[in-house]
Amino acid sequence: MMTSQKPSLELNSDAVTNILVVGIGGQGVMTAADVLSQAALALGYDVKKTEVAGMAQRGGVVTSHVRFGKQVLSPAIRPGDADMMIAFEPAEALRWHTHMKSGAVVMVNDYPLIPPVVSIGLYDYPDNPLGQLADGSVELHHFNAGEAAIELGDRRLVNSIMLGAIADHLPFSPEILEQALLARFQRKGEALTELNRRAFTLGRQAFNQVDSLATA
Amino acid sequence: MNAPQPVQQDQRQFISGNEAVAQAARDAGCSVASAYPGTPSTEILEFIAAYPEIYTEWSINEKVSLEVAIGASLAGSRALCAMKHVGVNVASDALMTQTLIGAVGGLVLVVADDVGLSSSQNEQDSRYWGRFAHLPVLEPADAQEAYEMTRLAFGLSEQYDVPVMVRLTTRICHVKGVVVCSQPDIYQHKNFTKDPARYVMVPGNAKKRIPLMMERDQQLSQVSEEHPLNRIESGSDTEIGFVTSGAAYFHVKETYPDAPVFKLGLSHPAPIEAIRDFAASVNRLVVVEEVEPLLETELRAAGISLYGKDILPRIGELSPQVLTPCIDKLLGKNSDEKLISTAELFPRPPTLCVACPHLGIYYCLSHIKNTIIAGDIGCYTLGAGHPWNALDTTISMGASLSVAQGIDKGRSEADQNKNVLAVIGDSTFMHMGMQGLLDITYNKGNVTVLLLDNRAVGMTGGQNAPSSGLNIHGEATLQVDFRKLCEALGVKPERIHEVNPYELPTLFKALREEVKIKEPSVIITNQPCVLTERYSKLPPLKVDEDRCTGCSNCLDVGCPAILVSRKETVIKPNGREKELSFVNIDTAACTGCNLCTNTCAPDAIVPAFNVGNINAVEVK
Ligand SMILES: Cc1ncc(C[n+]2csc(CCOP(=O)(O)OP(=O)(O)O)c2C)c(N)n1
Ligand code: SF4
Ligand code: SF4
Repeated sequence: MMTSQKPSLELNSDAVTNILVVGIGGQGVMTAADVLSQAALALGYDVKKTEVAGMAQRGGVVTSHVRFGKQVLSPAIRPGDADMMIAFEPAEALRWHTHMKSGAVVMVNDYPLIPPVVSIGLYDYPDNPLGQLADGSVELHHFNAGEAAIELGDRRLVNSIMLGAIADHLPFSPEILEQALLARFQRKGEALTELNRRAFTLGRQAFNQVDSLATA
Repeated sequence: MNAPQPVQQDQRQFISGNEAVAQAARDAGCSVASAYPGTPSTEILEFIAAYPEIYTEWSINEKVSLEVAIGASLAGSRALCAMKHVGVNVASDALMTQTLIGAVGGLVLVVADDVGLSSSQNEQDSRYWGRFAHLPVLEPADAQEAYEMTRLAFGLSEQYDVPVMVRLTTRICHVKGVVVCSQPDIYQHKNFTKDPARYVMVPGNAKKRIPLMMERDQQLSQVSEEHPLNRIESGSDTEIGFVTSGAAYFHVKETYPDAPVFKLGLSHPAPIEAIRDFAASVNRLVVVEEVEPLLETELRAAGISLYGKDILPRIGELSPQVLTPCIDKLLGKNSDEKLISTAELFPRPPTLCVACPHLGIYYCLSHIKNTIIAGDIGCYTLGAGHPWNALDTTISMGASLSVAQGIDKGRSEADQNKNVLAVIGDSTFMHMGMQGLLDITYNKGNVTVLLLDNRAVGMTGGQNAPSSGLNIHGEATLQVDFRKLCEALGVKPERIHEVNPYELPTLFKALREEVKIKEPSVIITNQPCVLTERYSKLPPLKVDEDRCTGCSNCLDVGCPAILVSRKETVIKPNGREKELSFVNIDTAACTGCNLCTNTCAPDAIVPAFNVGNINAVEVK
């Protein structure tokens, strides 16, 4: 396992941070990308966010690119340039791993979602998608955020859990990401805000546990 | 950690190109906005509808939509009409003549091209319309420019008496960026003034307007040569100079930060002379435009030598990863760009939603033999895919009916015993399908029409339509009565059936009956799209594993909540091998529509009630 290369980003450096958020329509990929963008925006960065979501509501692949820094030109992250990936599904992590920089942080919810084309036998789901990612080229973390969300009471919480998991890897403090996340629930009441706060915290803890296991 | 601290950001908004266009319409004093939904343009009108000061409507189709905006402009309002690229084909009849009339209140047509075909039936370049209809074309490169150029478009339209096109692409519409708005305009609403010589385009009048249009072309060419939207950005490496516009501009800047760039904002008419001067300052000129070689052709015709689509692809986006190998090749370099973009894996094609009311229809269609099925455009186009494979054609909105009529009239002797069907959604039927039905009844065709009325425009996100009985704001209004409408279009009352698409036996009966009868008939479904508020969930189901025989019949329904849990190969008494697929139902996803229970002979699909933790999945 490689050591974490936390990207350092000064507002007056020309560096741009590239984060890829990948998953499947309905999982909250775009919302997670929005929260990351809002946090970066609050810090005064230039931010661009772009999605490839062909018919996202119908179970297709959703990929969101978030780029921030002093100035961002093209909105799309090119292959080999992503500093971080948040993957809501293990095979999707594998699908996009060619976009990662060497040593990049890849945070995966390892709860698989099998599409109908696999169910009916037209294609195979890879036997061990994360095994293929664990070749040392990236810093891989994974845990079952899907189960954790269901335990917390709603599978839609995956989103907040995954944001919590990545929070300690960003070039800004985790609290800023948490604020950006919770701001979305302000109008929806204290209960929902609290639930998402718990999900976020759970994500941070899960990551730390995984981390200590990984370096053991 | 030396983390940066939050900054004051009142004016900095993080919005998409579509939202930026909406804010520009508001700040320009636009008072009428119309659209028919279509990816990637749909959200423009949804955002505008949030401003109470602007009259906003979902129109029936793009032609109607543009004509509403034209009327508003002639009445003295600033008006905006938004559509996706193929919408302009529908609206073009109005557009091609309106250009002779011009505009009174600023008339802005915002067109969104789906470069890369993320969800469209073709990839066409709307900039052609600028050439064809003699309109200026503005091409923003990001959300901030979408805001600025849309604002500018209204003024340009009034100043030069011309409808103005703002050409967006998916990478502008759906990319969010930082946008800062400026001081709103105070627009003085004009009155309607009778002017038949200008507004009544009979040949005598139109003939007189053509020279004026030509004169306007001349003026606009001049404007373009000096316009600040067309600018040179100098660079230290003059080996290649780029001429570019729209989203491609930022791709070029990202990839070649040191190269001189001629950035086009007002891209048609092109500033040919300014580009000629620019060309002289660089070794090689490369035109980077998405999609067709339009500018390239014009520059070549003006005698400027350049590289364009001879080295760059003519399809899809010209992103950094596409540009690099092409330019490397031009420079004689070995490209180290990674060609592989994603890992080789199973695809995740879009599918119909869990419990979609279209599922039952496709289950039936895939089980009826001897058919030719003309499809149309909407969620139900997915019926062409697995597991149903039930559509034989899909072309353009409304084409199912008229193409079916043509198949009926044009079929061979051998095909005479086939059943010709057309499948169309409610919104598409109202858009351009009604005419086809009248054509069938008038010309005595023999087509069985399936009108899938889910009370919404499902494909683009469940917008309201006259079938919803709700307007763009969700307020009650007319709800079209499809039975009466079809009767009025000449279908015999006894040939019209209204069916519940979750009741397979009823569906099969209606279908089998109607395909036998040699006259036009319409089967109308009556259950709502599950994305809309009309839809109500029922308690979920599960599979009783002890009873499941692995027959896999329920998989033919195509509901994404039904998953294969285990496969087994058995030898049948006749010695043949058979593959069994045992299934389970994802209880957290199932909404209990009961459709699949119709297909399960051993009654293995049962209520999930007392097993799964309902609370775990039903948190609101
Ligand atoms: C000319 C044109 N305009 C708009 C669109 C975008 N579009 C695709 S399908 C569709 C309508 C779908 O509604 P409906 O027919 O009711 O079917 P549903 O998706 O609800 O099943 C629209 C507006 C298009 N493809 N072509
Ligand atoms: S959006 Fe509506 S019409 Fe489209 S697949 Fe889903 S349920 Fe069906
Ligand atoms: S009842 Fe069957 S078809 Fe309907 S949503 Fe549940 S699994 Fe899908």
